[in-house]
Amino acid sequence: MRYLLTEEQKMIVDICRQIVAERIVPVRAELDESGTFPREIINEIGKSDLFRIFIPEEFEGMGTGIFEVCLATEELSRGDLSVATSYAASGLGIIPILIAGSDEQKKRFLPQVASGSKLAAFGLTEAEAGSDAGGIRTTAKKDGDFYILNGTKQWITNGGEADIYTIFAMTNPQKGIRGASAIIVEKGTPGFEFGKKEDKLGIRASATRELIFTDCRVPKENLLGGEGMGFIIAMKTFDQSRPAVGAQAVGVAQGALEEALNYSKIRKQFGTPISSFQAIQHMLADMETNIEAARALVYHAARVMDSGEKNVTRLSSMAKLFASDMAMKVTVDAVQILGGYGFMKEYPVEKMMRDAKITQIYEGTNQIMRNIIALDMIKRGVI
Amino acid sequence: MEIKIDPETNTLIREGIENIINPFDSYAIEEAVRTKERLTNEEVEVIALTMGPPQSAEILKEAISVGADSATLLSDRAFAGADTWATSTILAKAINKLEDCRLIILGKQTVDGDTGQVGPELAQRLNIPFIGYVSSILEINRSKMKVKRLMEDRYETFEINLPVAISVVKDINIPRVPSLRGKMKAKTIEIPVWDAKKLEADENEVGLAGSYTQVVKIFTPQIKHDTRMLEGTAEEQVEELHKILKELNLV
Repeated sequence: MRYLLTEEQKMIVDICRQIVAERIVPVRAELDESGTFPREIINEIGKSDLFRIFIPEEFEGMGTGIFEVCLATEELSRGDLSVATSYAASGLGIIPILIAGSDEQKKRFLPQVASGSKLAAFGLTEAEAGSDAGGIRTTAKKDGDFYILNGTKQWITNGGEADIYTIFAMTNPQKGIRGASAIIVEKGTPGFEFGKKEDKLGIRASATRELIFTDCRVPKENLLGGEGMGFIIAMKTFDQSRPAVGAQAVGVAQGALEEALNYSKIRKQFGTPISSFQAIQHMLADMETNIEAARALVYHAARVMDSGEKNVTRLSSMAKLFASDMAMKVTVDAVQILGGYGFMKEYPVEKMMRDAKITQIYEGTNQIMRNIIALDMIKRGVI
Repeated sequence: MEIKIDPETNTLIREGIENIINPFDSYAIEEAVRTKERLTNEEVEVIALTMGPPQSAEILKEAISVGADSATLLSDRAFAGADTWATSTILAKAINKLEDCRLIILGKQTVDGDTGQVGPELAQRLNIPFIGYVSSILEINRSKMKVKRLMEDRYETFEINLPVAISVVKDINIPRVPSLRGKMKAKTIEIPVWDAKKLEADENEVGLAGSYTQVVKIFTPQIKHDTRMLEGTAEEQVEELHKILKELNLV
């Protein structure tokens, strides 16, 4: 359902739908099977200006908002969550620059991402630091005009494919999370290498790799904000990015529902289409209702954020939590409606089900989402 | 969709019909935009031209949305009923008004007329060379280009001086999806319309009057159906089908 969209927002949706129909759907099963990064599709997304919607006009973006990012992400996710994740992860990689970057840093990095000629990535997670982001061990030691990075990041989306990495490292390990800093590292910097590419349950075509830093010298001009601001930058980044994860979940669920609905109308059992059975009808009705409820929450969160509201953590986390739990349920039900065929790789719903799972895990597990929401409720009360 | 023919002119009635871009032309537009992107050191402008009724402006807007810099519609009631020759007359007149037009790219043919004549006729009018069925632009600079073209049984490679007109086949590229900036530009852009007067076209050389050919009659060939349902078990049906095909000397 598409209500209340402006002309420009409709254009974004139309472009994404054309990319999904012409470029994504014909190859998604193959990309999933082989775990191949969808470089050509990402290039097409770049040419169609969709990376520009992350970025303000003065840095060659389109100056739109989180709502537009959610629309594009949702539509791409309807076709394939791997593609949408690769797309959204580039946005995630530059949010720290938007939040804390100097004008000079923005001029240096944002236009290349806006045009789609370079991808960005966000490097926080480590083997021992997932939900406990404060536990990162990667260090950035000041040495004259440089920081020297040592450590290994894990499960970094767009790892190896991106050119611009926002890395979180300890500039002052004694201070704990208050000693973390965000610093931009460009691909090709000596001492910066990529580790193994992960073999995953879902979003198999997206690149998930280790980033390995060995005495990697990064110019001090690449530090975002000041030393010790890393954790705050990371949390503010997630506030802004989580609605887009909600949008991914809405998109993948929508894609699965469409498959299930179409199938239910052509699949005959007991001499009649299975869509005539109330058992199927009620599943479809629940799926549609839950998707629309999640979409409404995601859109609402995005619009509130675009209105300039500052305290958005709770709403943003709720959008991600609700939509991703919904997507997992809806995609499982879609497989159920397709029955045995749903379990087969010839049909796209098993992939959608595998893909949906990650939305409950990344950018903060849903358990962490509940912690964040509850703590904000206790701290700030009813809003 | 029902095709309606004007009984007086014997031409297609186009009013009220949704126009689509000639699919072969979308490859031509894409190749023009790619050529511009390729010649980064040159000042290149991609101009989309079409002759057609007022609603063809929408087609030109599509061209803008995928990267054409500007577009002009060649439209006048007097152009109605034009065959390929009269069409190329108008296109040539428009191109002669453009400054330093060095490369003209056309789709290999239309999907309605299917003649593939406009390209060569246009080149003839402009007195420039024409290479049809180009499947790849191998090299290009301001003064020269090297192209590969697709023939029925072979490829041919040409090196040729500009200006030149080429027509392209679908192997040449995969047309891009419109860009957001392009769509926004297309939404607001005014498409200039050049009429017979602006093109200084004499009434005898345009439209039906300027055409050597006219469509006398368009009709759908009659297809005779003969259906027979086979009955019985699958095996019996196969037996029967085999017998029938044998009688018809088809197996």
